[in-house]
Amino acid sequence: MIREVKVERIAEAVRNLCIEANEDLGQDVLAAFHRAKEAEPSPVGRDILDQLIENARIAREEHIPICQDTGLAVIFLEIGQDVHLTGGDLREAVNEGVRRGYGEGYLRKSSCHPFTRANTGDNTPAVLYTEIVPGDRVRIWVVPKGGGSENMSRLFMLPPSAGLPGVKEKIIETVKEAGPNPCPPTIIGVGIGGTFEQAALQAKKALLRPLGSPNPDPELDSLEKELLEKINRLGIGPQGLGGRTTSLAVHIRLLPCHIASLPLAVNIQCHASRHKEALV
Amino acid sequence: MSKTVTLNTPLTDDQVTALKIGDRVLIHGVIYTARDAAHKRLIDLLDQGRPLPFEVKGQIIYYVGPSPAKPGRVIGAAGPTTSYRMDPYAPRLMELGLKGMIGKGKRSQAVKEAMVRYKAVYLGATGGAGALIARAIKAVEVVAYEDLGPEAVRRLVVENFPAVVINDAHGGDLYEEGLKKYRLE
Repeated sequence: MIREVKVERIAEAVRNLCIEANEDLGQDVLAAFHRAKEAEPSPVGRDILDQLIENARIAREEHIPICQDTGLAVIFLEIGQDVHLTGGDLREAVNEGVRRGYGEGYLRKSSCHPFTRANTGDNTPAVLYTEIVPGDRVRIWVVPKGGGSENMSRLFMLPPSAGLPGVKEKIIETVKEAGPNPCPPTIIGVGIGGTFEQAALQAKKALLRPLGSPNPDPELDSLEKELLEKINRLGIGPQGLGGRTTSLAVHIRLLPCHIASLPLAVNIQCHASRHKEALV
Repeated sequence: MSKTVTLNTPLTDDQVTALKIGDRVLIHGVIYTARDAAHKRLIDLLDQGRPLPFEVKGQIIYYVGPSPAKPGRVIGAAGPTTSYRMDPYAPRLMELGLKGMIGKGKRSQAVKEAMVRYKAVYLGATGGAGALIARAIKAVEVVAYEDLGPEAVRRLVVENFPAVVINDAHGGDLYEEGLKKYRLE
């Protein structure tokens, strides 16, 4: 059975999710702040974590953004193959949702021309990824992504000989070089394998997994734990002021790759790890 | 020992040189905002030998692009942006008497040297605490480049604006010291 979904419903859902994601930090992130505070030996580090907890409370209660960098609007749509989208252009509906969300929600518009730096004025175009899946529903994720942590992210096309040791080394090196810049404590999204662009997209998708949840693959799960421990030995700490909470988690996604390649993408997410989802 | 210092703007050389890395400061008075695009315009003006839209002598520039103010509020969220992007411009402004910069993240060697030479200080505010920091901002007025939207130069009146000294006028660097203290080999 084909189910009709008006694109206006997608627009309205995107609008609401843009606002909600920017004002209401996920409970999984808050719980990770509290856990980190228990373990953090640096008094300054603990003080920063307290500020982040307080900041999230103010944002939620007073309906103001958690962070002024309300990001580019990264949007994932999983569209059921039995859905018939009606009433207009889907991409335009998503952009309209972003326009309304960033306008009516008093969110910052951060989208600009690469050279002239002229602002598009409404935070469009959305960074939209669509995927066709079984079913008759549309699942929407809105993931506002800030510039500071995105700037510290890296993509490597390693030789296959680099292997797992080379991958580990590059992940640690990326976090070390980023230091205080991407607003630690961070979450490290890692995409291994695939093609050049697929590795980067996997790294970003890895950030959507709830904090504190295990990787479904036991080997990747233990690799995540090993990398997190190594990262937290670097000493960078909350806001880079020194401490043992440099990252809250490492999340890895892995895909087969070309026999000639070993792509690796490291997408750093600041502590304002914002994403909300809805089902239409 | 780090201490908590109340800083009233504009700043004097004596106020700046008394600050040491790790000191917590609470800023009172006027500070100015400028980030990427505004810095480029300010330096373009200097290159053309023209005056800046505000007097930088003794002032603090806050690297921030706030979110829009909701009705009834003076500003939206207003935490710091990453500072290294302003590194190519900062020494010119310090040469003209800029005494403080507020941001987050590492500065270049050239900026650190300029802070020692011109007696200036780099203060870190908590990145991503935009809702919390906004509480310290009591009044806002756009003074230049309104067309830049979030990147316009704004004059802020702040009370108890919290920050920590990252780089002092004596060559100290809190990021390096913090790393040394907590790094495990």
